Amino acid sequence: MNYVPHTEQDQQAMLKSVGKNSIEELYHDIPADLKLKRDLQVSGGLSEIELRRLLKGLADKNQHLDECGSFLGAGAYDHYIPAFIDQLLLRSEFYTAYTPYQPEISQGTLQNIYEYQTMICELTGMDVSNASMYDGASALAEAAVMACEQTRRKEFVISDAVHPEYRETVQTYTESQNLTGKPVAFKDGVTDLEQVKALVNDKTAAVIVQYPNFFGNIEDLKGLAEIAHAQKALLVVAVADPVSLGILESPGALGADIVVGEGQSFGNPVSFGGPHIGFFAAREKYVRRMPGRIVGATVDSNGQRAFVLTLQAREQHIRREKATSNICSNQALNALAVNMALSAIGKQGLQEMARQCLQKAHYAFNRLTALPGVEAAFPGKPFFKEFVIKLPQDPERVNEALFKEKIIPGLPLKRFYPELGNALLVCVTELRTKAEIDLLAERLGGLK
Amino acid sequence: MPEKLIFEKSVPGRRAVVFPELDVPALDLDSLIPKELQRKEPAKLPEVSENEVVRHFTRLSQMNFGVDTGFYPLGSCTMKYNPKINEETSRLPGFARLHPYQPEDTVQGALQLMYETTVDLSEIAGMDFGTLQPAAGAHGELTGMMIIRAYHQSRGDVKRTKVIVPDSAHGTNPATAALCGFKIVEIKSMPNGEVDVEALRKAVDDETAGLMLTNPNTVGVFDPNIQEIARIVHDAGGLLYYDGANMNAIMGYARPGDMGFDVIHFNLHKTFSTPHGGGGPGACYVGVKDFLVPFLPKPVVQFDEDQNRYYLDYDRPQSIGRVKAFYGNFGVVVKTYTYLRAMGGEGLKRASGNAVLNANYLLSLLKDHYHVAFDRTCMHEFIITPKNLKDTGVRTLDIAKRLLDYGYHPPTIYFPLIVDEAMMIEPTETETKETLDSFAEAMINIAKEARENPELVTGAPRKTIVGRLDEVRAARQPNLRYTE
Repeated sequence: MNYVPHTEQDQQAMLKSVGKNSIEELYHDIPADLKLKRDLQVSGGLSEIELRRLLKGLADKNQHLDECGSFLGAGAYDHYIPAFIDQLLLRSEFYTAYTPYQPEISQGTLQNIYEYQTMICELTGMDVSNASMYDGASALAEAAVMACEQTRRKEFVISDAVHPEYRETVQTYTESQNLTGKPVAFKDGVTDLEQVKALVNDKTAAVIVQYPNFFGNIEDLKGLAEIAHAQKALLVVAVADPVSLGILESPGALGADIVVGEGQSFGNPVSFGGPHIGFFAAREKYVRRMPGRIVGATVDSNGQRAFVLTLQAREQHIRREKATSNICSNQALNALAVNMALSAIGKQGLQEMARQCLQKAHYAFNRLTALPGVEAAFPGKPFFKEFVIKLPQDPERVNEALFKEKIIPGLPLKRFYPELGNALLVCVTELRTKAEIDLLAERLGGLK
Repeated sequence: MPEKLIFEKSVPGRRAVVFPELDVPALDLDSLIPKELQRKEPAKLPEVSENEVVRHFTRLSQMNFGVDTGFYPLGSCTMKYNPKINEETSRLPGFARLHPYQPEDTVQGALQLMYETTVDLSEIAGMDFGTLQPAAGAHGELTGMMIIRAYHQSRGDVKRTKVIVPDSAHGTNPATAALCGFKIVEIKSMPNGEVDVEALRKAVDDETAGLMLTNPNTVGVFDPNIQEIARIVHDAGGLLYYDGANMNAIMGYARPGDMGFDVIHFNLHKTFSTPHGGGGPGACYVGVKDFLVPFLPKPVVQFDEDQNRYYLDYDRPQSIGRVKAFYGNFGVVVKTYTYLRAMGGEGLKRASGNAVLNANYLLSLLKDHYHVAFDRTCMHEFIITPKNLKDTGVRTLDIAKRLLDYGYHPPTIYFPLIVDEAMMIEPTETETKETLDSFAEAMINIAKEARENPELVTGAPRKTIVGRLDEVRAARQPNLRYTE
């Protein structure tokens, strides 16, 4: 393929206008010994017919979720995506646009972000939201940094029941700023409040937990907020599974100060882990410390409502090294998919979607824990759509055996939590059928 | 007519999406979730029909301008054509419907694609290996600067706390270095746009961690002193970071690795044709020289030749760690891979050559009508200003807004900060001569209007769906969400 339109004649005419004889002459500023004197070793030059064949071939080497019954979750969720969404995402006025720096010709992008911000506030119970972050993990990392800046303290407390890859990301971001995260253990599958109480003091910037946590269990946010606020620390809550907020009380109503998370569940495919979309919301008094772009409503020269990027004095292109973050491009098109999905799912739909996840997950939990040798890892703990079971065998082996039957039973937790032994994290969304759950139970029970 | 907010179209009880009947026995909610943890007030999401949702977003799309709408000469942003085949390939279920925690044996095609993309981008960069984990350019900068920090620390060289950044740099450069805990040392550029080598020599010392540089720089000039610059920084014990935002100028002509850079990032959504999406998702490659490979974020995609198998390598004790969950914006990487295979090495070089030709051609058409900030052969972009129109009262912002009436997206304005009233123009290689001629004609007309009828320019835009916005009001009385 060749996306350069020029004919030989065009090039000659243009070179003449420039006063050069060849394109090569335009590169005279590059010292001769720096010029590459060989061809780039990048294979290509394919036609569209060949590209389709090549990419189809690579895609076919993978086995995707339509080819198996998957009970994988852990921060990337297979939910229903209404058919219209991808058709509208392919409106090229959306996807070929740049950042809306020229509001007069970007009202589509800007109004979308304003609507998206409103939805994130509604879900989380927060006052303000930004336009999006890269993903849930980096959003949490920025929240940890922001909490330290806001409180002018250099330590924070973070639960071991936060997604391990989120914790690693927080560690990477905060370590370079000499901020210290103190880990808190979990007890019976939820953050150990006694330990939090012992660790939080007047040096603590924030208490960081996930809701529902990595194991699917529901943390006591109210209790955590009391401990944090007693020492003037912030409660930072990560929500990797915002579908849960169709049923669970919003973190804002329970005392959270900053709520971040992962919006992929709404309208975005799992896509091997990206692009997903981080959301970032907070109480109003913290808005001027928030990272990323924010859209506000204002009026135009005719007095009619219009939308524009605002509070930009926080951002890198204005404040440079004093900016609240270095983020520039974020995940605008993914935020658009979130807005589309939540518009279509709607107020009642989200409650129904959450109810189905909850009921199906509990049906699966009851079926699986009834199998001989299979136990609940955290019996009696309320959970939403993910839960941990302990298997009598190595879960990696179980996965291998069941994958031959096109079932992925869940995520073996040994890689993240060796102390949990043969633990498996199982996720059930509204897309899994009773028949698939029954088959999983049957095959798992049939393993020797 | 402005479009109502989706919330303003809401009617209680109206629905778009329905779910199938629950096919498992329903248990009592209170027995599953204690009452006090249940939501008291449902989130106030819209209640609308599918037709209304579809019309709403279709109308919003019509209020936008994209590359497919028209010419988008936004300097430093490389708004080239986004090939449609890329959209198709990235949506193949074998890519879009992969869970990141599937067993490695079930995602060999995806890992191969990531590995080959990393190898090819390293070849273009002149680096030894790299990562695709960062989600965008600034995220890549962060990754790269953390690698530099980790390198110095691994040698016990802990006093290297300063990063040198030229005053022409993108805002993300100093913001990134600060986020990594570095102090910023800004050095001034020369009147011709090049790094002031003497100032650099004075700025480096044994506290220098590194220099962040864009080359070609943000004024569209390839810095001919780059080898000397590299020598000064390396001799002082610092490393060189290359901001690849302007790589579209030099693919196949020169490689940052050969210039002496140690760490580099490419914005895949600029040079490698993936769409900007109205502000993301982007994707990013960070490449490093061999001695920095141990510090790359984990996991690193590797190929085991003996077993003919791709795998994710987590066993990397010196790694900076993760910068996000999972493996990067994979769906965007598929688009980059498709583009690389469409172009090949030869095609990429042709793209760069013609990007530079287009910029110089457009400059040749405009130079008699606007003040040229740096009057020399440019790379893929150049800067003009309305200095010659000063007595008319017309400013850069006015020209930008007037261009909207002509149906063009304006250039990048008021950047770089070192040029007063800058208009930074980057046409890219995918535009025809006729498009450039028409754009030049519009710009020349506007200069004429500025002299003959300046109100036409200062009162612009008139043809857009909204007029100029009250940005002061937006900032002073923030209204950041809808409430009933």
